[in-house]
Amino acid sequence: MLETLQQLLWSGDLIYATLRLTTPLLFAALGGLMCERAGVLNIGLEGMMLGGALTAYVVALRMGNPWLGILAALFVGAITGLLFAVVVVTFRANQIVSAVGMNILMLGLTGVALRAAVGLSIGQSPAPTIPIWEIPGLAGLPLIGPVLFAHLPFVYLVFVLAGAMAFIFYRTTWGLAIRAVGENPRAAETVGIDVIRVRYATVVWSGIFAAVGGAILSIGYLNTFQEGLTAGRGFIAFSAIIFGRYTPLGTLLASLLFGFTDALQLRIQAFGVQIPYQFLVVLPYIVTLLALFVAGRSKGPAASGLPYAPGEE
Amino acid sequence: MTTPPFLQIEEITKTFPGVVANDKVSFDVAAGEIHALLGENGAGKTTLVSTLYGLHRPDSGRIRLRGKEITLRSSRDAIALGIGMVHQHFMLVQPLTVAENIVLGMRSPREPLLSLGPASQEIERLSRTYGLEVDPAAQVWQLSVGMQQRVEIVKALYRGADLLILDEPTAVLTPQEIHELFNVLRRLKAEGHAVIFISHKLDEVMAISDRVTVLRDGRVVNTVATAGTDKAALARMMVGREVLFQFDKPPAQLGDAVLNVRDLCVMGNRRQMAVRDVSFDLRRGEILGVAGVDGNGQSELVEAIAGLRPAASGQISINGRALAAFQPSDLLDLNVAHIPQDRQRVGLVMDFSVSENLVARLFSLLPFARSGFLQWKAIRENADGRIKEFDIRAPNSEVKARSLSGGNQQKVILARELSRAPDLILASQPTRGLDVGATEFVEGRLLEQRARGAAIIYVSTELEEILSLSDRVMVLHRGEIMGMVRPGEVTEEEMGLMMAGEKRMTAQEKMEARQS
Ligand SMILES: Nc1ncnc2c1ncn2[C@@H]1O[C@H](COP(=O)(O)OP(=O)(O)O)[C@@H](O)[C@H]1O
Ligand SMILES: [Mg+2]
Repeated sequence: MLETLQQLLWSGDLIYATLRLTTPLLFAALGGLMCERAGVLNIGLEGMMLGGALTAYVVALRMGNPWLGILAALFVGAITGLLFAVVVVTFRANQIVSAVGMNILMLGLTGVALRAAVGLSIGQSPAPTIPIWEIPGLAGLPLIGPVLFAHLPFVYLVFVLAGAMAFIFYRTTWGLAIRAVGENPRAAETVGIDVIRVRYATVVWSGIFAAVGGAILSIGYLNTFQEGLTAGRGFIAFSAIIFGRYTPLGTLLASLLFGFTDALQLRIQAFGVQIPYQFLVVLPYIVTLLALFVAGRSKGPAASGLPYAPGEE
Repeated sequence: MTTPPFLQIEEITKTFPGVVANDKVSFDVAAGEIHALLGENGAGKTTLVSTLYGLHRPDSGRIRLRGKEITLRSSRDAIALGIGMVHQHFMLVQPLTVAENIVLGMRSPREPLLSLGPASQEIERLSRTYGLEVDPAAQVWQLSVGMQQRVEIVKALYRGADLLILDEPTAVLTPQEIHELFNVLRRLKAEGHAVIFISHKLDEVMAISDRVTVLRDGRVVNTVATAGTDKAALARMMVGREVLFQFDKPPAQLGDAVLNVRDLCVMGNRRQMAVRDVSFDLRRGEILGVAGVDGNGQSELVEAIAGLRPAASGQISINGRALAAFQPSDLLDLNVAHIPQDRQRVGLVMDFSVSENLVARLFSLLPFARSGFLQWKAIRENADGRIKEFDIRAPNSEVKARSLSGGNQQKVILARELSRAPDLILASQPTRGLDVGATEFVEGRLLEQRARGAAIIYVSTELEEILSLSDRVMVLHRGEIMGMVRPGEVTEEEMGLMMAGEKRMTAQEKMEARQS
């Protein structure tokens, strides 16, 4: 028993899988964090991920090049973000209702678009995938090399991005403007900050980040696409922001926890432990719920979720 | 050729749906001048300066700065032209530091990187020059209101403002802080800055300004030199008629104790202790003023006595009935009237008619209801009577409360609350936001109730009002009683020190001060 547990936890595979599974989540979470700090609540991450996943798959399949797939996902992510911004920033629609609508729309749309683009062989044709990039020199290290330095390029990238985001938030004038807009948009406006522009920019970026997260799922790991492929990861990403107390580092750690849980349940399944697999599959979601419970009064930016009408007293 | 005035405002008109907020407003301000903008609530002062700061576009009219016509598309334009504004409600981002707030929205010398170090040095230099002590590293939410205002002024100066606009800056300050602010303004003036100082308080305008422009109903009544005018003349211009500064207040005829409060502690909304160990008695025929800077436990104290907020510990008894946990409905049995601070949310149901509002709380009683059915005739007759008695300006008793002006809304509440000849009246900032006429009316009614033998708690942040109306004044600071004083026996300065928490009474004095 103890031995099994040891094998289960003390393994490079588990760490490897944790990093792998954290990456798409963290992409989406960082995107969500960005616009959340500017005061726009984005529970549409799920739909945005899904859009990115499908786009990347279809384009990679058609063009025969996974990088073009990623590029297309970036583009579609930006467009999705832009549309969301038009609805919630310009037209000041309720952010939760709009995001829920977008999630449902995306779920339906990706299904339809998939059939239209690839015909009835839904998700059967494997698309070319992004290759693993072993970091020269480091990948050869004993023990940690293959665990830490033989991943998709995006895995390294996302951790760099988390650091970069912390730097932007706390060390640059842009970050200061974003934080101010999220806390007190009127005050930001009175010192000449264009609140609408800041919100548009962060929402578009959140679309791009989430789409890349989705693309990694489809052409990074699976080389295929199925309806509902993201399986709630966008919502888990959203929870990671809250559990991470709205900071880049916190969001990173929270995403790692959720990624680890996912990796662990897969590993337990693979071990053939006598637990019905349904229980294991829901483990990440339960941990997410528990995390939100523990996070308790994690306080978001004061203006989060509130539409802003410029120029009115 | 003479040089043009620093700032010229020419025939500025600004309308909002249904209101002409500014109607062809013209005046000018010189460099090195403190120019007061005086007017009652709703006169259009804030609208005018918001236009000057690029937050509103005027419908018509021109603004000239240093002789040149300017167009302001946003506050960014205003800032670039050297216009700075300290808003009535501060425009600070609470979780950010002072330095972050001050550099917010500005280009950094190391763009896009922040350079808070050099900025902090510059902030400290400005602080020293103008006597505006601020700590660049402190987070704004930790600062007192007075300090936040200093941050706002430094923020404007840091942006190189030559013209500084202050919208009702004294409303939130203690007398000492007002004194300090005036010193800062005088220093700014000496350095050649132009200052627009907005207020509706005559004493302040007389004390600090060089000239005064009086606004009434969106129009300029006149611009006069402060040295050549007096309070009475300004009041006449502001209100449009003679104003009495003093009312006759007969000496108090004290009766039995109506309210006893002992060691009361009350929790605030942010789970802090908002009222700490407050003990006092209140007798019939007495007005107890509660003074203090806004947010020092006044509302929590009143809400606890009104049964709207549970006491964390201690006792409240009304007419000898000690109740552990009040129900708001007990107020009826105990004959307590409550004039709440937030009349629009707590005092009235804005979408109900005046007649309905006049019987709210009483609606289940005879004659307004019989066997559970509302008696509309009685309700309407009641309304017509009250409307006449309290001079409520409403087209009829069936219009919604929302459609009345602030002063008339307050009269509806007074009419309802005072109609049952209450033993105890809790009045929380009953004159806030009212014009001079309505203020006089409210004060007059409260004095009537006092003469009738009601015990009254009167909360206000306006020192003058408190001192003229009260028989005794309790000064609160952070929920604690700093002093229990009689209006004739205390200076404004002492009051200010108590409001700031710098002077407090001894435990012995506290014991003695309980009784009237
Ligand atoms: N954004 C707005 N929309 C509609 N009406 C407004 C707005 N701002 C001010 N008003 C109205 O304009 C008038 C002047 O208001 P304001 O400038 O705030 O007066 P003051 O600052 O002198 O108290 C008031 O009748 C007020 O109700
Ligand atoms: Mg105003």
